[in-house]
Amino acid sequence: MYLTVRNTRTYCYTGGKPFDPAQPTVVFIHGVVNDHSVWSLQCRYLAHHGYNVLAVDLPGHCRSAGDAPASVEEGADFIAALLDAVGVQRAALVGHSWGSLIALEAAARLQERVSHLVLVGTAFPMKVSQTLLDTALNDPHQALTLVNVFSRSTLAPPPSVLGAGTWVFGASMALGRRVLASNASVNVLHRGFMACDRYTHGEVAIQAITCPVLLVLGAQDQMTHPKAAHSLVATARASGKTVQVVQLPVGHNHMAEAPDATLFAIRDFLQA
Amino acid sequence: MPGYADPGFDTLSLHAGHAHRRVGNATTAALEQRVAALEGGIGAIATASGQAALHLSIATLMGAGSHIVASAALHSGSHHLLHATLRRFGIDTTFVPPGDRDAWRAAIQPNTKLLFGETVSTLGMEVLDIPTVAGIAHAAGVPLLVDSTLTSPWLVQPLALGADMLYHSATPFLSEHCSEHGSVEGGVVVDGGSFDWAHAYDASGKFAELAAPCDGFDGMNFSEESTVGAFLLRARQEGLNGFGASMSPHTAGQILQGIETLGLRMARHLSNTEAVVQCLASHPLISRVSHPLLESHPSHALARTLLPKGAGSVFSFDLKGSRKQCAVLVESLKLFTHAAHTTQSTIRLSVGLEDPADLVDDLQQALKTAEKAAEKAAEKAGA
Repeated sequence: MYLTVRNTRTYCYTGGKPFDPAQPTVVFIHGVVNDHSVWSLQCRYLAHHGYNVLAVDLPGHCRSAGDAPASVEEGADFIAALLDAVGVQRAALVGHSWGSLIALEAAARLQERVSHLVLVGTAFPMKVSQTLLDTALNDPHQALTLVNVFSRSTLAPPPSVLGAGTWVFGASMALGRRVLASNASVNVLHRGFMACDRYTHGEVAIQAITCPVLLVLGAQDQMTHPKAAHSLVATARASGKTVQVVQLPVGHNHMAEAPDATLFAIRDFLQA
Repeated sequence: MPGYADPGFDTLSLHAGHAHRRVGNATTAALEQRVAALEGGIGAIATASGQAALHLSIATLMGAGSHIVASAALHSGSHHLLHATLRRFGIDTTFVPPGDRDAWRAAIQPNTKLLFGETVSTLGMEVLDIPTVAGIAHAAGVPLLVDSTLTSPWLVQPLALGADMLYHSATPFLSEHCSEHGSVEGGVVVDGGSFDWAHAYDASGKFAELAAPCDGFDGMNFSEESTVGAFLLRARQEGLNGFGASMSPHTAGQILQGIETLGLRMARHLSNTEAVVQCLASHPLISRVSHPLLESHPSHALARTLLPKGAGSVFSFDLKGSRKQCAVLVESLKLFTHAAHTTQSTIRLSVGLEDPADLVDDLQQALKTAEKAAEKAAEKAGA
């Protein structure tokens, strides 16, 4: 469905069900050069099992107009404005990669308005190598290829999000090309990576959240290695948060490589 | 690659996996992924035949009242489907010479939903200028589908050149199993994920099938479900399931086995073809050899650009003699099993994997027999 958020046309995928104010709401936030469709399977399940789902296209990405967030903080401001636009008082936030940092920062800002926080493929700091930043700036299609190679634990995972017969690497490449092409004025690959690289507020943010947090990590993730999430986990535990960590035998694209395991981790966490 | 059973997971809406053997099973999924990877696509659907792949593609994109622009040099099965059969269902086709870019452009109508050609035409081996025809299609807001059977992904990757979808009859090249022996019949349609159905729908109202809520699927909008995979989603859930022209896991396993040697076989097909083309081109009884290897062929230059490894091994040649002599030649061939007498003086040949010297010998002896037949006929006429 389309919403107006801060005077800007914004798209949210709802998992095939209309928004029902009586149900709990889950907001899904995608990562760099992705869009809502990376969450389609997890969204459909939850939408058919008693949740409102809002899988957003971040501003300047695919179906959503507006300026692409230049920082994690800008992304978090947008999520707060999105909840206001929908009229949702309280929601769970689920983010992947860059989207996990946006979810984290938003949860810190929104406090009690966030019921659950799920960080999929997360790290803090989420440093991006200078070489990759330079390649993203100067040759985004080459950078897209590199990222997609780094993001998979295997070139031929079992049938996944789009169902049987999907070549996940090719599908991710095509999505990345589509997202890049959707924004004629901003290189969203470079801008997203810069936002990840420059975010410094992660440990402060996780101390500030008031909800339980789940981290879903990929054992073979070369983009955000599980070790890179240690500081977030340790800080959260040290500050008395309820922390759950699920490690899956996948690379960086958990939703595509292990769609059911990712879904069940999220579902069980939401229902606990 | 073993064919193996798999549990019947619920699919699409709620879980990953295979819902029903017809719309997906582990072995055909492995084949689909592999062909998609070879082509640089996002995914693929294995079908009962190449014709089923073409029908599935068309039936997913359009219904009655729609229009296709297609190459006039298609192989007979595709031509008949478009020219005769689909017209009964309200889908009209305008045929254009594949090398005439103005004709492609001029034939597009407000209700055109698809441009369609063969990478290398069955009739005359004309090479499709995929970048140009794709450009014409995209300027008109419609996708380009190509039949890549005769070239296989080893010779050309049409998606990288601008095509949006492609399909193969898996029988001739992907599989090493000759259909004549009844062992393998199959097709694979591959989606490049490049065509923006939602954008086209917003601009023209076309492709509601993929970019508007669908009654038959609980209001599902396929292009919202998947930004790049709407075509494959609907094709699998509706066309593959509903029309049922799916591939058995056993067949998929055989084609997977064939693909393992695709590169080796294609190289041999091409080197053998070169020997056969040279033999025919220098023979006095032959008036014309239609292969882009020869400078005289209209696609010679284009083939060197788009198909640098070669343009394939199925081509035709013309005999100077009579229809009877053509028949004598075809009947005299001992090694060639895929030779067909197509018109008055044209013979189509599929060059196989045999020893090239044996193939050339076989052709030469058959040509000699045809020459003798000509001499006898002349003597008879003289007497």
